[in-house]
Amino acid sequence: MSKKPKLAVYKFASCDGCQLSLLDCEDELLAIAGEVEIANFPEASRAVQEGPYDVTLVEGSVTTPHDAERIKEVRQQSKVLITIGACATAGGIQALRNFSDVKEFTSIVYAKPQYISTLATSTPISDHVPVDFELRGCPVNKYQLIELICAYLNGRKPNIPTYSVCVECKRRMTPCVAVSKGEMCLGPVTQAGCGALCPAYTRGCYGCFGPNETPNTSALSEWWTEHGRDKAELVRAFRGFNAWAEPFRKESERHE
Amino acid sequence: MQIIERENLTALFESLKKHGYEIVGPTVRDEVVIYDTLNAVEDLPKGWTDEQEKGIYRLKKRDDEALFGYVLSPHTWKKFLYPPKVKLWEAKRQEKSFTITEPQGDGPKYAFLGVRACELAAIAMQDKIFLEGAHIDPIYKERREKSLIIAVNCGQAAKTCFCPSMNSGPKVTSGFDLALTEVCTPYHHYFVVETGTAKGKDVLKDLSLHPAEESAKESARQVVKNAEDQIERTLKTEGLKENLQANAEHPRWNDVADRCLSCANCTMVCPTCFCSTVEDVTDLTGDHAERWRLWDSCFTMDFSHIHGGNIRSSTKGRYRQWMTHKLASWVDQFGVSGCTGCGRCITWCPVGIDITEEVAVIQKQE
Ligand code: SF4
Ligand code: SF4
Ligand code: SF4
Repeated sequence: MSKKPKLAVYKFASCDGCQLSLLDCEDELLAIAGEVEIANFPEASRAVQEGPYDVTLVEGSVTTPHDAERIKEVRQQSKVLITIGACATAGGIQALRNFSDVKEFTSIVYAKPQYISTLATSTPISDHVPVDFELRGCPVNKYQLIELICAYLNGRKPNIPTYSVCVECKRRMTPCVAVSKGEMCLGPVTQAGCGALCPAYTRGCYGCFGPNETPNTSALSEWWTEHGRDKAELVRAFRGFNAWAEPFRKESERHE
Repeated sequence: MQIIERENLTALFESLKKHGYEIVGPTVRDEVVIYDTLNAVEDLPKGWTDEQEKGIYRLKKRDDEALFGYVLSPHTWKKFLYPPKVKLWEAKRQEKSFTITEPQGDGPKYAFLGVRACELAAIAMQDKIFLEGAHIDPIYKERREKSLIIAVNCGQAAKTCFCPSMNSGPKVTSGFDLALTEVCTPYHHYFVVETGTAKGKDVLKDLSLHPAEESAKESARQVVKNAEDQIERTLKTEGLKENLQANAEHPRWNDVADRCLSCANCTMVCPTCFCSTVEDVTDLTGDHAERWRLWDSCFTMDFSHIHGGNIRSSTKGRYRQWMTHKLASWVDQFGVSGCTGCGRCITWCPVGIDITEEVAVIQKQE
């Protein structure tokens, strides 16, 4: 490659956790900096170059009228636009507002709510502009992020599987916590990517990577119900970081 | 047949180590019996057993100090013989060419301790898959040839077991280097030892054994009988292959598809399932590439994605593929059924789908 591709990182409504995953790449970060030109990444460097950019990573969801406009400009400046994390891909934890009245929240939280300009919903980037790839996770997995950048640089398909967390869980030989302890584990309906982290620490999966390729959420709910879980528990299980992702949203609404 | 006293089991461990074996077998982790490296007799699941049902496993205390008093682990020996993740080769770019290096042999030399009858059957099936025909798997071959199998007869069965239906247990009959039967009474705890091969005999050489009297042999028979008597589940195999192959459009496939999560757990825990995928990875510069082999499953979408689309896009299609392969087309392919009746897919299905129940419904109204 004669000229290094220009990389930009943009933040919308989010906690910065996914950008931190990129900074957390430590060893690899230097190598990345050697292969791409980090042109716009305020979290890492104040030097900002103008667009257009070859690759743009977008973290965060759209929650304000201003951001709904800003994302369009970002798209115009980007050849390839990749969303990183549950916020950018599904609306994030802040999409819990979509199930309630946001005005009520602002009136409780802020002393002068009249200064708050916010949308009634938190929505994924793909609701606003076309997205080339969505990297899941809350936060994203740094190895998946590196894999994605590697694949882009080498012009190949990234190894980002869409099957269940269970596949990763079994490959690392973790005894299933759903079966051995009766934990409510979202692994069977959640996309792999975290390496089945929670079950490895004897916790059920919280669904950070969002619905997998074939999320049979109703069958899982039915099993939970048969085994003594009540509606409130079911709603809570599906209403996490990916609450607004359609399969999880519909499933939680079914039990309300 | 000979007897090794419980107190002398440490000597067996020592002998195995002296012969260069890495001992792997049952041990308790996070309230489950798993298979892992064992350093000493103390690592065995002393006084533990397990209760299993559709989608449910619970570790329970026994009222004795049996070392092999559990039924079956979610782990299988394929974990060691056919590892879930293994590097096949790596390539390095050099000027205008590249070199490929394969990881050099010298894989581990395992002694498998505590192999159940159904698991011997599973290893025999995987031997057919990986060691016969035109394509022999070198990774499996090396590990398999080096390994030593110490079987242990079952003294109890789980509600999910149905090995007699599949002709694979509960009694250990062949395919072992050594076979033990644990007899654990309040006044005498010992193992009746049967030698299967010269390799097995070799590790017994320096041990203090004494010949088994008729009463000990009878006690050992009772142990297996106890397991036999506890087995409730059955699978009718007569005419099964033809029946399944003639019922590709049975309504039950839709019914099971409504319940199945397509999560792949059943294939991952099955001791005979052998599908894998390869993943190529590169570094950022593209100067270094690696090819990895990973366990795969017919329940993932990518598995049946070919040029132009997915040939098994419905859960109905995937479940049907899994079950009919296991119980029917496996026979066409390898001359035997692909199921040992271990019941793992029943216990470890997170929504308790039961292969024997599904088969029975399809069999009933042909
Ligand atoms: S612990 Fe959760 S992720 Fe792991 S196999 Fe069980 S259901 Fe799947
Ligand atoms: S049968 Fe059970 S374990 Fe197998 S894919 Fe379906 S839900 Fe998962
Ligand atoms: S199909 Fe189920 S019962 Fe049969 S060998 Fe596989 S896991 Fe065991």
